[in-house]
Formats: sequence, C-alpha cells, structure tokens
Amino acid sequence: MKTSFTLNGQAASLDLDPRTTLLDALRENLGLKGSKKGCDHGQCGACTVLVNGQRINACLSLAVTHEGDEITTIEGLAQGEALHPVQAAFLEQDAFQCGYCTPGQICSTVGMLKEAADGWASLVTEDLTADTVLTDAEIRERMSGNLCRCSAYPQILAAIRSAGGVA
Amino acid sequence: MKPFTYERPADVTEALAMAAAVPGARFLAGGTNLVDLMKLQIEQPTHLVDVSRLPLGQIEETAEGGLRLGATTSNSQVAADAKVRARYPALAQAILSGASGQLRNKATTAGNLLQRTRCAYFYDTTKPCNKRQPGAGCAAIGGIYANTAIFGASQACIATHPSDMAVAMSALDAQVEIAGPGGRARAIALEDLHRLPGETPHIETTLEPGEMITAVVLPPPPPGGQIYRKARERASYAFAIGSVAVAGGKVALGAVAHKPWRARVAEQALAGGAGPAEAMAAELASAQPDGHNDFKLKLMARLGAACLTTTGAGSDQ
Ligand SMILES: Cc1cc2nc3c(=O)[nH]c(=O)nc-3n(C[C@H](O)[C@H](O)[C@H](O)COP(=O)(O)OP(=O)(O)OC[C@H]3O[C@@H](n4cnc5c(N)ncnc54)[C@H](O)[C@@H]3O)c2cc1C
Ligand code: SF4
Ligand code: FES
Ligand code: FES
Repeated sequence: MKTSFTLNGQAASLDLDPRTTLLDALRENLGLKGSKKGCDHGQCGACTVLVNGQRINACLSLAVTHEGDEITTIEGLAQGEALHPVQAAFLEQDAFQCGYCTPGQICSTVGMLKEAADGWASLVTEDLTADTVLTDAEIRERMSGNLCRCSAYPQILAAIRSAGGVA
Repeated sequence: MKPFTYERPADVTEALAMAAAVPGARFLAGGTNLVDLMKLQIEQPTHLVDVSRLPLGQIEETAEGGLRLGATTSNSQVAADAKVRARYPALAQAILSGASGQLRNKATTAGNLLQRTRCAYFYDTTKPCNKRQPGAGCAAIGGIYANTAIFGASQACIATHPSDMAVAMSALDAQVEIAGPGGRARAIALEDLHRLPGETPHIETTLEPGEMITAVVLPPPPPGGQIYRKARERASYAFAIGSVAVAGGKVALGAVAHKPWRARVAEQALAGGAGPAEAMAAELASAQPDGHNDFKLKLMARLGAACLTTTGAGSDQ
C-alpha cells in the first residue's frame, strides 16, 4: 500500500504491507536505526518519535495510518552540526550508559516539554487548573513511559531539568 | 500479524459501510490496544477501517450544560481540556493515571472504553482462555495471576476491565452515543456498555456487530467533590489493581469486575447517612474474592473510604 509522509523535513514515499509498524518502516524500509525496538508492545518507550509534534510509540502505530504526517526521529532533531538543546543537555549531564533507550528518551523529552509549555497537567499536578511547573516529581511522572534498563534516571532527570524544567 | 486490508473512510456513514462490507472487519483508532493484540495474533481482523481521522475529534458543550467528547478525541486532549479539568477533575485524573504520555497521545476515547482485559492468561496463548477461545477453559481460575474480579465473576471468566477513564465516566453518569449500519443511532448509559462475563466472556459489550461509538456525553457535573485514585504495583505506568472514582454522591470502582463497577450499594448507604467506611463495607459485603485476590477487599475498603473522606461524600471520619 502506497504511503507518503514527511520524515525529518524530507518527503518519504513507501509501498508497504499494511502490517508494517511505523517503527519497522523507519528502521527497515528507510534505514533510520536511531529509533529503537525495546519491547515492541508500547511498554518501554525506546521507539518514541514525534508525529506532528506529539510523542508516540512508533511500535504500536501502523505506518499506513501516517499518510501526510510530519514525523521527526532522533536523526532529525539536530540542525546540521548544532545539536538540539535536549541532545546537548543529555551529553552535558552524561544521561546514558548503554544508550539504547536514549533516542526514545530524547524524543520523548522534546514532546513532553511542548506538552508542559502548552499547560498540560499530569497525575502529580496538585491543582489541575494552575499553570504547569516542571518540578522533579512532574518530570518523573511525565517521563514514566520511557524505561532505562541501565537505570541512568538521575542523570536523565538532571538533563531534562537543565533543558526545560525548573532549576 | 495475520494479513489484513486497510481503508480510511471520510465520514461515519462510509466507515460503517466499509466495516459492514467485509466479514471480520474492525475499526482501528489509536491502535495502542488492537495493534498490540494483532501482533500476538490474539486479534486477527481481516480488514481495518481506520476511524482515527473521522471528524469526531471535538469536545463540545451540550445544551444541558455537559460536554460531548467525540469518539476520536485523544486521551491527552481530553485530560488537557480546560473545561474537563475545571468541571470533571475525576475524569482528568483517571485519564492521567493511565498508560504513559506517549500512549495517551494516541489512545482515543472510544478505543480506551473498548480496550480488552489485561488478564495474563488472555495474553498467554499457550494457556486456555474462554475469552480468546470460547469453551477452552479459564487458566486464571486457580492460576497465579491475582489481578482478577471480586464482583460479578463467573465460572467461565474472572477477568477485569482495565480502563481507568471508564471508571470515572461511570461515576459521572456518562452516556455513549452509537451509530449503526443503515443510519441507526442510539445512546446508552456507559454503565450498560460493558457486560459481565457470564457464560460468554468473549462478548464484552452490548454493541451490535458493525456498530461504532461516535461520542461519550457527560451530563453536567453533580454537586460535590470529585476524585480518582488508583492503586498499582509501581508509582506510574502500570494498570490498576484497584481504583475508585467519586463524583458527588456517585461512586465507581475499577479493577474489581469485568466492567467499571458502579457502587450503588455504597451510594445508597451514603444517601442514608452512612460514613465513608460504612458505605464501603456495605458495598464490599457482596464481594466474592477467590482466595487469591482477597487483598482487594482491604484495598478497596481503604481506598474507597479515603476518597469519600477527601471529597466529603460521607459524614463520619
Ligand atoms: C504499556 C501500556 C500500558 C497501559 N496502561 C494503561 C493504564 O494504566 N490504564 C488504562 O486505562 N489503559 C492503559 N493502557 C491501555 C490504553 O489506554 C488503550 O490501549 C487505549 O486507550 C486504546 O485506545 P486506542 O484508540 O488506541 O484503541 P485501539 O487499539 O485502536 O482500539 C481498541 C478497540 O476499540 C475498537 N474501537 C476503536 N474505536 C472505535 C469506535 N469509534 N467504535 C467502535 N469500536 C472502536 C477497536 O476496534 C478495538 O477493538 C495501556 C496500554 C499499554 C500498551
Ligand atoms: S479470566 Fe477470562 S480472560 Fe483470563 S484466562 Fe480466564 S477466561 Fe481468559
Ligand atoms: S519498542 Fe515501542 S514501547 Fe518498547
Ligand atoms: S542507557 Fe542503557 S537503557 Fe538507558
């Protein structure tokens, strides 16, 4: 089935078996191996990409449903040699060990910071009608969909805090 | 995954016609449950009708002073909506307690209601399960999985419904709007959408074949406080082992039955002047734990009483 979308700012057209997930299309058909397959069941966040600016799990989304969408993967965040501020913060804070969860963590952070900027609440938000303040507890709750098997959580938290949370 | 064909309708009429035209067709919304189950071949649709882009993504005021949530509104969108947060905080909390930020961005209102059980034996295709294969037996009865029902279970199935959102909607007296083949439209109470398992646990809802959910309508919020609280095995990103929604004098319990469990007995007790603990005890008097899930009795008694105390729905301490 023919499917076209924008991938990291470039037009991409594919002829896919409808069974292909967005994650497999990115990795196997388009050769972008940055997005990782941890669980393939929505349970780990390693496959997180941005679709029209929102973070989703690429492993649970069929590629053919993304006709016309704007998809950004870890490969599309930097501007040439200039890292995205979230990438720079992860480097600065040493927010990884093996690095397998990292592309998902970074894409998820970019999506999460936009959600917070848009005033979305989380389960730990005391007052649902107040403005969003990204405390450590807020960052932890909002990032709970990204597991790190190496447990680099303290550094991941520090990176996110410096990239967009409160000091 | 088994092979299937895929279509994207432009409107509800077309979606219903497409689904009716192919035996074994299913609606696809966010896909976060259906695609997962298709990978495991627990679900094997022959044809997917992608409803995710239908013009059902609006949250609108109703003439009665409530809100209509279109079927394809995302869980994130509903939880972030200022009207929902101000008037239906229990619903916002319930949604935000479910899954992860990524999943909630894709998950839809209708898909969330129609997600299937998380019973470990339903997922384990090497074990018998009446829900997967009617008549096969139930591995959960006498099995080691303890997140099972204490209300309304049967000899055929002891599974629970996993949705958090649906529990809050039940306490809020939500209505479900349904469209069917041939232009039929009807509305039912959310409480009547899901079935108890009985002898046919594979039939989970009262939807007729080919019917589609088009919206969930919330009546005006009842007077009084609201809350949703969820107990689980880790602090975030885990299904409930018990949950409670309170909206004014209405109470619903999650992860205790094959459907969101409306706690009518507790509500009557509260209306008659009972306090939180007393009201929960009255409700739980008819619970039937199976020896393995007995922990839910104490859990629900405490969680329920705490919620009722916080909202001020009962009079004692
Ligand atoms: C790791 C993980 C953790 C999770 N944790 C939680 C949790 O803690 N709490 C919780 O509540 N949920 C949780 N979920 C479940 C999640 O909420 C559901 O997967 C999601 O809500 C389903 O919505 P969807 O739009 O993706 O549905 P889909 O997967 O697209 O569809 C689900 C079902 O609904 C049917 N359907 C969809 N739309 C319609 C319609 N308009 N009319 C008729 N039928 C329709 C489909 O045919 C299918 O049978 C979790 C999921 C995962 C993967
Ligand atoms: S409890 Fe229900 S879903 Fe679980 S194994 Fe038994 S029949 Fe299947
Ligand atoms: S690979 Fe998608 S969530 Fe784990
Ligand atoms: S750095 Fe190894 S999984 Fe996170």
